[in-house]
Amino acid sequence: MSVARPLPHDSARLHVTGQARYVDDLPVPAGTLHLAFGLSPVARGALTRLDLEPVARTPGVVAVLAAADLPFANDVAPAAGDEPLLAEGRVHYMGQPLFLVAARSHLAARKAARQAGIEIAEEAPVLTIDAALAAGWRFEEGPREFLKGDPEAAIAAAPHRFSGTIEIGGQEHFYLEGQAALALPQEGGDMVVHSSSQHPTEIQHKVAEALGVPMHAVRVEVRRMGGGFGGKESQGNALAVACAVVAARTGRPAKMRYDRDDDMVITGKRHDFRIRYEVGHDAEGRLRGVVFEQFCRCGWSQDLSLPVADRAMLHTDNAYHLPHARIVSHRLRTNTQSATAFRGFGGPQGMVGIERVMDQIAHRLGRDPLDVRRANFYAGAGGGTDRGAPPPAAGGGSPGGISARVKAHVGGEDVAAGTPGDVASRGALHETAEPTGPVAAPPAGAQTTPYHMAVTDFALNEMVAALAGSADYHARRRRVAAWNAEHAGIKRGIALTPVKFGISFTLTHLNQAGALVHVYQDGSVQMNHGGTEMGQGLHRKVAQVAAERFGIDADRVRITATDTGKVPNTSATAASSGADLNGMAVKAACDTIRDRIAAFLAPLHQAAPEAVRFAGGEVTAGGHAYSFAEAVQLAYQGRVSLSATGFYRTPDIEWDRIAGRGRPFYYFAHGAAVTEVAVDTRTGENRILRVDILHDAGRSLNPAMDIGQIEGGYVQGAGWLTTEELVWDDKGRLATHAPSTYKIPACSDRPDVFNVALWDAENARETIYRSKAVGEPPLMLGISALMALSDACAACGPAYPGLDAPATAERVLFACQEARG
Amino acid sequence: MQVSFGLNGTPVAAEVAPTATLLDWLRDARGLTGTKEGCNEGDCGACTVMVTDADGDARAMNACILFMGQLDGRAVRTVEGIAGPDGTLHPVQQALIDHHGSQCGFCTPGFVVAMATAHLNGRTDHDDQLAGNLCRCTGYAPILRAARAAAAAPVPAWMRDAAPALSSFSKYPRGGSGLPERGAGGPPPDRDGIPAGWGGRAPLAATGADTRGDPGAGPAAAAARPDSVAALAEWYADHPEATLVAGATDVGLWVTKGLRDLGPVCFLNGVAELGRIEVGPEAIRIGAGATLSALRDAIAPHHPAFAELLRRYGSVQVRNAATIGGNIANGSPIGDGPPALIALGATLHLRHRDGRREMPLEDFFVDYGRQDRRPGEFVEAVSIPRQPNRLSCQKLSKRFDQDISAVCGCFNLTLEGGRVAAARIAFGGMAATPRRARATEAALTGAALSAAGIAPAREALAEDFAPLSDMRASARYRMAAARGMLARLISAEPSVLEVAP
Repeated sequence: MSVARPLPHDSARLHVTGQARYVDDLPVPAGTLHLAFGLSPVARGALTRLDLEPVARTPGVVAVLAAADLPFANDVAPAAGDEPLLAEGRVHYMGQPLFLVAARSHLAARKAARQAGIEIAEEAPVLTIDAALAAGWRFEEGPREFLKGDPEAAIAAAPHRFSGTIEIGGQEHFYLEGQAALALPQEGGDMVVHSSSQHPTEIQHKVAEALGVPMHAVRVEVRRMGGGFGGKESQGNALAVACAVVAARTGRPAKMRYDRDDDMVITGKRHDFRIRYEVGHDAEGRLRGVVFEQFCRCGWSQDLSLPVADRAMLHTDNAYHLPHARIVSHRLRTNTQSATAFRGFGGPQGMVGIERVMDQIAHRLGRDPLDVRRANFYAGAGGGTDRGAPPPAAGGGSPGGISARVKAHVGGEDVAAGTPGDVASRGALHETAEPTGPVAAPPAGAQTTPYHMAVTDFALNEMVAALAGSADYHARRRRVAAWNAEHAGIKRGIALTPVKFGISFTLTHLNQAGALVHVYQDGSVQMNHGGTEMGQGLHRKVAQVAAERFGIDADRVRITATDTGKVPNTSATAASSGADLNGMAVKAACDTIRDRIAAFLAPLHQAAPEAVRFAGGEVTAGGHAYSFAEAVQLAYQGRVSLSATGFYRTPDIEWDRIAGRGRPFYYFAHGAAVTEVAVDTRTGENRILRVDILHDAGRSLNPAMDIGQIEGGYVQGAGWLTTEELVWDDKGRLATHAPSTYKIPACSDRPDVFNVALWDAENARETIYRSKAVGEPPLMLGISALMALSDACAACGPAYPGLDAPATAERVLFACQEARG
Repeated sequence: MQVSFGLNGTPVAAEVAPTATLLDWLRDARGLTGTKEGCNEGDCGACTVMVTDADGDARAMNACILFMGQLDGRAVRTVEGIAGPDGTLHPVQQALIDHHGSQCGFCTPGFVVAMATAHLNGRTDHDDQLAGNLCRCTGYAPILRAARAAAAAPVPAWMRDAAPALSSFSKYPRGGSGLPERGAGGPPPDRDGIPAGWGGRAPLAATGADTRGDPGAGPAAAAARPDSVAALAEWYADHPEATLVAGATDVGLWVTKGLRDLGPVCFLNGVAELGRIEVGPEAIRIGAGATLSALRDAIAPHHPAFAELLRRYGSVQVRNAATIGGNIANGSPIGDGPPALIALGATLHLRHRDGRREMPLEDFFVDYGRQDRRPGEFVEAVSIPRQPNRLSCQKLSKRFDQDISAVCGCFNLTLEGGRVAAARIAFGGMAATPRRARATEAALTGAALSAAGIAPAREALAEDFAPLSDMRASARYRMAAARGMLARLISAEPSVLEVAP
């Protein structure tokens, strides 16, 4: 068995010895140029003069380029066509690239980039949600909306009603390896690009556009990234395009990496949100009706903001059945970095909204928040009805209704017209994909989400019961209360929160993957697929699948760099989809080769091809066992092709994002976490003491990798909601632009006690070996930290503390004061 | 300038720009790309290297803000030199593999070196030893499992060879080592000149940076490295515009972030006497060149709260480089050393070729960015009178470890019969300089240690301070938290750091 074994990361030995190569470590030819951007010192205005003479005169500088010097498309947007590589006329945020320097060293380029004479007619920047609302700066023509039932009437009729607001800060990715790219010019105008990117096909597309060549002239290679977390889905475009343009122009290789401060100032981050809610509930805390209004700060360009905001709406219910709901989403444009993909992709913000509501209902009723949460859970498989909701509207969710239409919508007012966009980007403007075959009708009476998808495989009732037991939740809650009764200075808090996360790209056609597998004469296997390795262990997992199909040891399978020349038209390694999609594609390729070998060997032993077995390093046909290498050699001599492609597309999904109806997700991944914290009510200092997690990774492909994702995701999620605070000043300058001022969790911030277990149940859907996606969902387990802090603050007094995120010591101190009333 | 040092067990002599960083030199000139640049400001630890001094002590340091001019006479071990010459993994490397301690792997070399250095030194306070290494993937849990698993393994023999290698420098006098010289001003590195002692593997290729084009990267810039305080005083009096470089944890950023050409520089690490800490009958005299690590160790028996404050000062890598003299002389309003020293009644000793001056430390800080230091004058030492330990220190920051204080309050209270007989209180982060809270001191003096007793002092804080808002905290929070610190003085409830799960 190769699958399900806790094998180490395929690069672990290279990591620990320093031999693992990242883009900036690659050997480069002599004469390689090093690039840096000159950045806008103001957030909004008209660029009136750009004097680049002093830049060009700086020692070591070889070339300086402004927008007018670009040969073809001046655009690095993933889809909307609204992101010039170099500013043209207008400046939209502080840190926007204005010009490009190519020099003989990284340091020379950085120094020269500060020498320009820049004159900008400054205008008052639009920085905040309030300012954007006042100015009417939006993407899309107006707010998007999901509607189920009649929420206003249900709230009006509910025995209990309240409303509130929560502010949720953004998050810097802080991948340890900053953005980097290297372009190597080839004969005939071709270009090879090494990029630290989650989306090699998009890099290929944008580079081809910028060079005015077909995509076949550009090959992109990604061996590994030093972390991605969504921050390298679209944000690497600018560097790759800059390198390619300079390489094409000078004929010399060109490399670019952002210094950390530049990286944080230039690139997008997680969207910050404000969520307003109006709630009607009963005496047990069950929701009767709810209205959520989400205000999403998108920054200066559209980037991936529309699907991010969509996913926030799609996770507004989290694990809870909302009988009547209205979910309104405002996508606001501001003069700040363009917010982008970040692990969870809007889902975490949507979930924080309803977890706040659950917490506040419990506080108002004086009940254990866990009881309120469980009272609102979706029913488990086979149980439950759509409590109090009207029957689905005619045509809703039915197959054919969506495929008959081409879903198009207009972009923001500033969007350039006529740009086709990259159809392989999640930010693509036009969804033209058909549903992937007939979509099963939802079972009659099944509970549905606010977007009218039936929830049929809900595991959290059982999981939360198990976790509450293993974490000793109820006894510890009593101990916390006893501690709080005796202590005024330090309060404790505890919370159990669930996660139900939808798995699939919501842009349906992205749910496809390709693979290329070669078996060599000696029985060794080389495997390629469209996914990229950013630390998550995707290559290890997929190699385990390949080894399993051939019945050989995983170390017989060679993992190579992701390469657009080997597997084309890849989707971003994003949306937690990497192993689901690429694992299936690799399986298909392996099975093709396996079937060919079986078909060749079977007649030699009077066996049926289906009866040929691949296991334990052997191929057995009609009682005769060959080593895998022998079988391969025979097949080669029998002129059998030992190379195959594989392809996979996720079945049974369709989605109409404008109507807010359909079945956007193939399945849901689940998890739950209990966090206990301590809060100093005099200073607001706070600390996570203990965390217990039960997470649903289906039948895990590699339990060690999955537990790694869960531990890391939790800490990253808790960091987002506690110490990681982004601060912009009133000029639009990002004040927290380096690790000295932006604080991700450090070693001692991890929980003292950190128990992580996998929920042992296979995926009800036919995924690769019945596993489940695990990249993003665990991040949202960190929400339990915020809720535990809220619980501790609430122990200070009778009032609800209304703790916003990130819950820095400062916010916690003032929430304690708010609770005192 | 020419520097001679050990690199992974082999002597190296290089002609370098004095303020070129070790990180750039390793990656660009030597092709040792295992050491990573994560932040270029000493805050992430991806560039951690082990530096062994002539005294034989091995220390983790950040190569990104370590100038080549600071390396003379030391030995450096990079991640490429942590495995044995035959490729045998170090116990921490094997443990990291076994416990799944790497995901993206980019922070891993820094962790490996920090862990191997801690392992060499027998340190098992892993949270403190690794506070300066950021990991964004793992949540640290598997890294800690690895650190614990490796703790009992014996130190591999090859890890101990760095210190003896220092003695071999006598055979390689500066500029006459016979080794091929390379560096910023020389030709690109050739392969055969790269010593074999760093693991027997073929070197990775260089990153392609051609530093010949770098402004200010040439060897021409003046650099001094005096070997006595007297020589330093003499030189500095003649070059008052020069930059003194001790640990470079601040000055390093002038170069890596400010992209400044420092002009003439003077490296202080050759002045051994400047680093001395003397515990006398009347006073503890701390040489300006004492690192925060050395100060933490020396002060712990006398004022444990100061030592605990220093535990949270920067990280191991930063404390191993940063000096108390630098922490004082740069005049930062948020340095953590001065509030504790002021609360202890410290005297600052300034030195000039033409004489010495001394003053109460708080008088040195005139205003934001302005200190009472004359041209050619430098901090020689700071001394604190011997006294019974009454000091308590409270440091507030967004993150507990390796974070600059939003507010740092240090309280030296003499109690008699449940009342405050005398109070000396200093704060950082509450004003443009580290400052005494004189009104608060007055309000506390004679007060009972009770909520009612300290109430006037809470109000007095507003007389002492009108703090600012910045990215670390708002003015409102700073004042509220400073008052909260007073409340903690009379509380039996510990800090959250002392609460067990």
